[in-house]
Amino acid sequence: MFLKNFLYHMGRYTMMLGTSFSRPEKHYMYYKETMRQMNDIGIGSLIIVGLISIFIGAVTAVQFLYQLDGTLVPTYYVGYIIRDSTIIELAPTITCLVLAGKVGSNMAAEIGGMRQKEHIDAMEIMGVNTAAYLIMPKVIAALVVIPMLVAVAAFVSVIGGYLAAVPTGMMSDAEYIQGVRSFFEPFNVVMMFVKAIVFAFLLTTISCYQGYYVRGGSIELGQASTNAVVFSDIMILLADYLIAVLLTG
Amino acid sequence: MIRAENIYKSFDDNEVLKGITTEFYPGKTNLIIGRSGAGKTVLLKLLIGLHAPTSGKVFYDDVDFFSLSKKEVRSIRMKVGMLFQASALFDSMTVEENIRFPLDMFTNMTWKEKENRVNFCLERVNLGKVNDNYPSEISGGMQKRVGIARAIVLEPKYLFCDEPNSGLDPKTSIVIDELIRDITVENNITTVINTHDMNSVMEIGDNVILLYKGEIAWRGNRDEVLHSDNEVLHDFMFASPFLQQLRDSALQK
Repeated sequence: MFLKNFLYHMGRYTMMLGTSFSRPEKHYMYYKETMRQMNDIGIGSLIIVGLISIFIGAVTAVQFLYQLDGTLVPTYYVGYIIRDSTIIELAPTITCLVLAGKVGSNMAAEIGGMRQKEHIDAMEIMGVNTAAYLIMPKVIAALVVIPMLVAVAAFVSVIGGYLAAVPTGMMSDAEYIQGVRSFFEPFNVVMMFVKAIVFAFLLTTISCYQGYYVRGGSIELGQASTNAVVFSDIMILLADYLIAVLLTG
Repeated sequence: MIRAENIYKSFDDNEVLKGITTEFYPGKTNLIIGRSGAGKTVLLKLLIGLHAPTSGKVFYDDVDFFSLSKKEVRSIRMKVGMLFQASALFDSMTVEENIRFPLDMFTNMTWKEKENRVNFCLERVNLGKVNDNYPSEISGGMQKRVGIARAIVLEPKYLFCDEPNSGLDPKTSIVIDELIRDITVENNITTVINTHDMNSVMEIGDNVILLYKGEIAWRGNRDEVLHSDNEVLHDFMFASPFLQQLRDSALQK
């Protein structure tokens, strides 16, 4: 039963993606919708992403300073640990998990609401490829904007670590900066962007899928919104593991 | 013209339509009537292609709709306008943007041409100065009219209306009915209306089919309704004692 269900949803998800990435009826309309989505996802999520990132950096700094206390490991390593843990793991993963909750649930509710109010039927009857018009701009917008948000998150986290460690006197300004500049591996940034792009694709397509095929009333819409977050989160964590294995193995 | 040929439609074990064969004519208001659950909405959605039949065919001017490719279906749908029961206007767009949407999507008209076409359609449905309002800021009757304006903006050959009078007062219902009939006649559109409004049948029923338990129980026009001795039709049209009295007195006259 589980396998049958899984195969059914995978098949329908794949077919939806096939229909979504087809030639637009009017490029300008898709461009306009993509810009709107970029604004919603990017500007709309900037504050929450910034806030979370600053605390991620701050907490990492405080906890590593606590753990390194009394050991022979130099204190400046804290800057290095914050930079790399943020770039490799925390910025892409935590940001995308948060975005799955904020952006993903919003997408599922928006498309699901349109399905229930017959807006999608209305567009279909006009001759619009609704899967393409409603999903492709969201995916493209997310693929462009989410990596940018992740880069901002990584930068803000390093600042957050600095604010938690230096002004409080836990370590010196020079030590922190030395740590941030030590042992830099540019490939880690590539890994961050690979993760950001894969997670962005997963969270938007899974959320759109949940909304696009919603049936019933407000309870089902709520369920679709919840499923969008839950399945996006699970798939992001699974992809995180696979990317880690593939790119660091 | 639209022709349905021996249409069957089932959902799991529930057979909703049983061998529907009928024709819908251009320049006429073709009504599908029947009680709730009779299969009206399923038939309408099937005619537009939102449902596929279990068996049977639908022809748009001799073109078998369900044998067409996706691209060909889209080209037919660009000739179709639809008025939904709840109007289905896009909430995030103004009235003008709603009506302009099909023009933006499918035409290469200039901004001025689109503006003129939108204003023409709004005037045609007797709406003025609501261009910048959002659907939530106008009444239900006005929303229906905007829905009609959007449905006719691409000058459709076929117009489908799902319960156009639901939720409207009797006076507004008559206005909407007359509007649909006038537009149908003016533009020689094949209009199919799904309704259970008795007034609509008597006002604009050029070609009426009555669905009962998934089958056509009666067909005719508004002039034949009063004189028909079909029991299913009588039960549906003159359900209350008051309406039965009205019918009797009309027949006596």
